[in-house]
Amino acid sequence: MSILIDRTSRVVTQGITGKTGQFHTRMCFEYAAGRDCFVAGVTPGKGGQSVENIPIFDSVIEARDKKGCNVSVIYVPPRFAAAAIDEAVDAELDLVICITEGIPVRDMVSTRRRMVGKKTILVGPNCPGVITPDVLKIGIMPGYIHRQGSIGVVSRSGTLTYEVVDQLTKLGLGQSTCVGIGGDPINGLKHRDVMAHFNEDPATEAVVMCGEIGGTDEEDCAKWIEQHMSKPVVAFIAGVTAPAGKRMGHAGAIIAGGKGAASEKIAALKAAGVHVTQNPAEIGALTKQVLG
Amino acid sequence: MKLHEYQAKKILRAHQIPVPEGNPCFSVEEAVAAAKALEGNRWVVKAQIHAGGRGKGGGVRVASSIEEVRSHASAILGMNLITHQTGPTGKVVERLLIERGVEIADELYIGLVVDRGSQRVVLMASSEGGVDIESVAIQDPGKIRTLQIDPKEGMSADAARAVVAEIGLPESVHDDVVKLLSNLYDVFLTCDATLVEVNPLVVTRDGNIVAVDAKINLDDSAMYRHPELAELRDLSEEDPNEIAATQAGLNYISLEGNIGCLVNGAGLAMATMDIIKLHGGEPANFLDVGGGATTEQVSAAFRIMLKHSSVRVILVNIFGGIMRCDVIAAGIVEAAKQVDIRLPLVIRLEGTNVEKGRQILADSKISFLPATTMDDAAQKAVAAARK
Repeated sequence: MSILIDRTSRVVTQGITGKTGQFHTRMCFEYAAGRDCFVAGVTPGKGGQSVENIPIFDSVIEARDKKGCNVSVIYVPPRFAAAAIDEAVDAELDLVICITEGIPVRDMVSTRRRMVGKKTILVGPNCPGVITPDVLKIGIMPGYIHRQGSIGVVSRSGTLTYEVVDQLTKLGLGQSTCVGIGGDPINGLKHRDVMAHFNEDPATEAVVMCGEIGGTDEEDCAKWIEQHMSKPVVAFIAGVTAPAGKRMGHAGAIIAGGKGAASEKIAALKAAGVHVTQNPAEIGALTKQVLG
Repeated sequence: MKLHEYQAKKILRAHQIPVPEGNPCFSVEEAVAAAKALEGNRWVVKAQIHAGGRGKGGGVRVASSIEEVRSHASAILGMNLITHQTGPTGKVVERLLIERGVEIADELYIGLVVDRGSQRVVLMASSEGGVDIESVAIQDPGKIRTLQIDPKEGMSADAARAVVAEIGLPESVHDDVVKLLSNLYDVFLTCDATLVEVNPLVVTRDGNIVAVDAKINLDDSAMYRHPELAELRDLSEEDPNEIAATQAGLNYISLEGNIGCLVNGAGLAMATMDIIKLHGGEPANFLDVGGGATTEQVSAAFRIMLKHSSVRVILVNIFGGIMRCDVIAAGIVEAAKQVDIRLPLVIRLEGTNVEKGRQILADSKISFLPATTMDDAAQKAVAAARK
């Protein structure tokens, strides 16, 4: 078991003919059950062609109708990416994973508004993607550091997630699913939403969450954990040393308007019974200790 | 990207929002001429820097004669203005705004921001204008009214009118303020802003409304749609190292410490700063070299860090994913050859092909301290910085 994606997922890559889309689709295709799951690509105007033997269609709806796609992954450039999400939502896919970084905020505000009341779930943008180890990888993370197991991982960042997964794997702790929710201020699934999915997943025994400065998603998640979570949670919040008013790389990683400091997030998580470490090198060890 | 007050006001004026008459000036003589050109007997001399709290720092002064305009302009131009938003080093004032004085009866706060929680643009309005809204939010949050704006429907005039009534404005100005709010939302959308703030919005003694101060922050990701706004960028307001970093495709922020950090990925870069601090050190910067970490980028990163005079040691922390460690290691070796580092260098590599990467580093002639984990790397960097 896993969350969000499994071997029954049928994936369409939007932006499959671009360099990034083509490269990562090949990597995902070659990972575990990828060749059964990656069944279509979309690039408007290039329908009828193929990449790595994956057929290309002009629209997401066509890919859905002809190949049964229910999940999309987006690599299209930032100025067209919000429209690509809209297209996948209009095609009523179950899940859209948007890797693209640098989408204008105004575009995302209007895309999120269009999604209200629709069935489609969005992960990202500006995220590494989602992986269910040894089953299916949808995104840009290095597959080989992962092992199948029972730890759920949710994170706002890319390489920090790889660091955590690497620590877990080396300690013999495999992962159920790892979800990168992305570093943008306006995004799809939040920590809290992914936590709820893990809570329902019988294959997940414990969850590691990596938050960072900016916004109040971690505080919201802490509240949710306090009321609903039945599994242990280990957390690290990046940016304890970050100064206010400076954007730390991610568009969403900024302490502004008196909100978003790491200290408040850590306090909220601790109050909710979460095991918080301030040392990013000890996330794996703490998880092992918590599991006993 | 941030705009200056005078730039923001020009945009507001173009959207039919009343602002005081005035002009930007770059010298005392220009300031005097600008004041003479404005009729009246009261002027305001305002420092133009990208930071709030200018008045308290002595950067905003009222003059009641042309001679006073001259003396204020002389005092403010070139001064090092320190406010709660400039940091302790302050900012040198290179631009002024000379405006006609306004007779103030009442001051309000109006702001539009992107709210992450509701994922919408939110209007904030308060009767407590002219002061720091963040302190109002902490001390007296009941005095701030908010309105979430549906991006599909736009700002509802009825909802805006209700907000205007709630912050205690006299009825005589309700129509004007509702119209101003709608125009301000237009500014927000058409400029791809992330913040539009009028603080204070003034009700004058003769019953008019005027935007006496204005602040606009723009979305960097949307600047491709606004070449005319991109030209308004004032590079003198930015850290030269940060500008060089942006040009090299790096994310760099100067900090106060002495351990330079070169990391791939924003989250891991922040975590590296944190672990340095945890072991008793102080990071000199945040630096995300990107997922690729090419030779060119690593060289540029080394050069930028070495310009930071307090750096005593450089810590490289790379988690190679799709970009393999052997490629990254070759890049580091090449960059270290190009840039004469002469400082202790701690390198921690992990990820794809890490053994090959470590071998490349070990075989190279560059002198460095190898580290295995983040903990090990941070401890070695902190120890080297203390020597």
